Amino acid sequence: MKGALKPEAAAELIGEGASLLVGGFMAVGSPERLIDAIVARGTKNLTIIANDTAMPGRGIGKLISAGLVRHVIASHIGLNPETQAKMIAGELTCELVPQGTLVERIRAGGVGLGGVLTQTGLGTEVEQGKPTIELGGKRWLIEAPITADFALLGAWQADYVGNLNYMLTAQNFNPIMALAGQTVIAEPESIVPVGVIAPDAVRTPGVLVDHLLIRAS
Amino acid sequence: MDAKERVARRVAREIKPGTLVNLGIGLPSLVANYVPASLGVFFQAENGVIGLGARPPEGMEDRHLTDAGGGFVTAVPGAAAIDSAMSFGLIRGGHLDMTVLGGLQVDERGHLANWKVPGKMVPGMGGAMDLVTGAARVIVAMQHAAKGQSKIVPRCTLPVTALRRVDLIVTDLAVIEPSEDGLLLKERAPGVTIAEIVDATEAILIVPDSVPEMDLAGGKP
Repeated sequence: MKGALKPEAAAELIGEGASLLVGGFMAVGSPERLIDAIVARGTKNLTIIANDTAMPGRGIGKLISAGLVRHVIASHIGLNPETQAKMIAGELTCELVPQGTLVERIRAGGVGLGGVLTQTGLGTEVEQGKPTIELGGKRWLIEAPITADFALLGAWQADYVGNLNYMLTAQNFNPIMALAGQTVIAEPESIVPVGVIAPDAVRTPGVLVDHLLIRAS
Repeated sequence: MDAKERVARRVAREIKPGTLVNLGIGLPSLVANYVPASLGVFFQAENGVIGLGARPPEGMEDRHLTDAGGGFVTAVPGAAAIDSAMSFGLIRGGHLDMTVLGGLQVDERGHLANWKVPGKMVPGMGGAMDLVTGAARVIVAMQHAAKGQSKIVPRCTLPVTALRRVDLIVTDLAVIEPSEDGLLLKERAPGVTIAEIVDATEAILIVPDSVPEMDLAGGKP
């Protein structure tokens, strides 16, 4: 853990064309202050990998509205009409991935596995262009691992060494994405002394976290 | 009783005590209203909670506790918060006893299409493909027809969600069971005749001699 950054300083780490894993489910558990700083800086041509693109004005929706996103890998964009409109207009491209496959592809990327074998998507548009394999008498779709330049996490608490925990459904993709970003930046709702998060309550070990965002003023 | 309530009440009859059930957003989410707490059912929301509860009181919502549609919910005693990998591990791994999903089309093979209308609506599949592939039992809860068009068709013209044959279709008019031989008409809504159902259905139905009326009492306590 390298210390707590102001949102602007964190956003400066992220260059044009970077790929970002962004935690959150319909913006629940998304790092909002970090996203605001990226929007303020206007970093373009981003690839966003996330469950969804939230809705206009919230979470990833703010990056979409600002026209900063070139490519989206997500399971659902249906509640953000701007993502769909920009996709139809050719301003961004979108790869739709079944939610369970998406999280496992990210996990595979983060834990050093060469891919995922799943039956989800067999016989559907998701299978097109992908290899399959026969194993144990069943046919499986081979899905490639996902990693990214950055993982941007929303957490509930962080301690001084970067251990994180999460609150209820704000957990979602965050602990998985913590494994798969080259640089991991976490935005906790509060930062607490070491020991406040008991070892058994740590959901993301601090060794995975490169930077924390400083507390909200 | 409106059409949606009829569907929700009939689906609730399918839910067995002590099971883990995932309800899709929209019509399927209404099913929970007719499942008594005494049944000991845990509802899963795939965004990360087992033990989904009703809406919280006005002004007491917690932004960290939502369902898969992003709406505020509560959690019941015994609930567990889980990450997305655990959530879909439960779904794909055969630990989910039942899912209830909406549908755009179901065909004579029992294939469901519910995620895309090419050129018109491309919302993404979300968790639907994993749910249909992995759940022990898949029930489609939908209106029998949309804009005068039957949603039960000989062959899906929309992109399918999975190759898995769904287990049951419950509509405002009928209960239909997809089988090896085709779509078996099991029950009819109160006051609806077999002829009316056959008329409203583009697919071929297998009609047995006796087609009882649906039981709309809701979940068995």
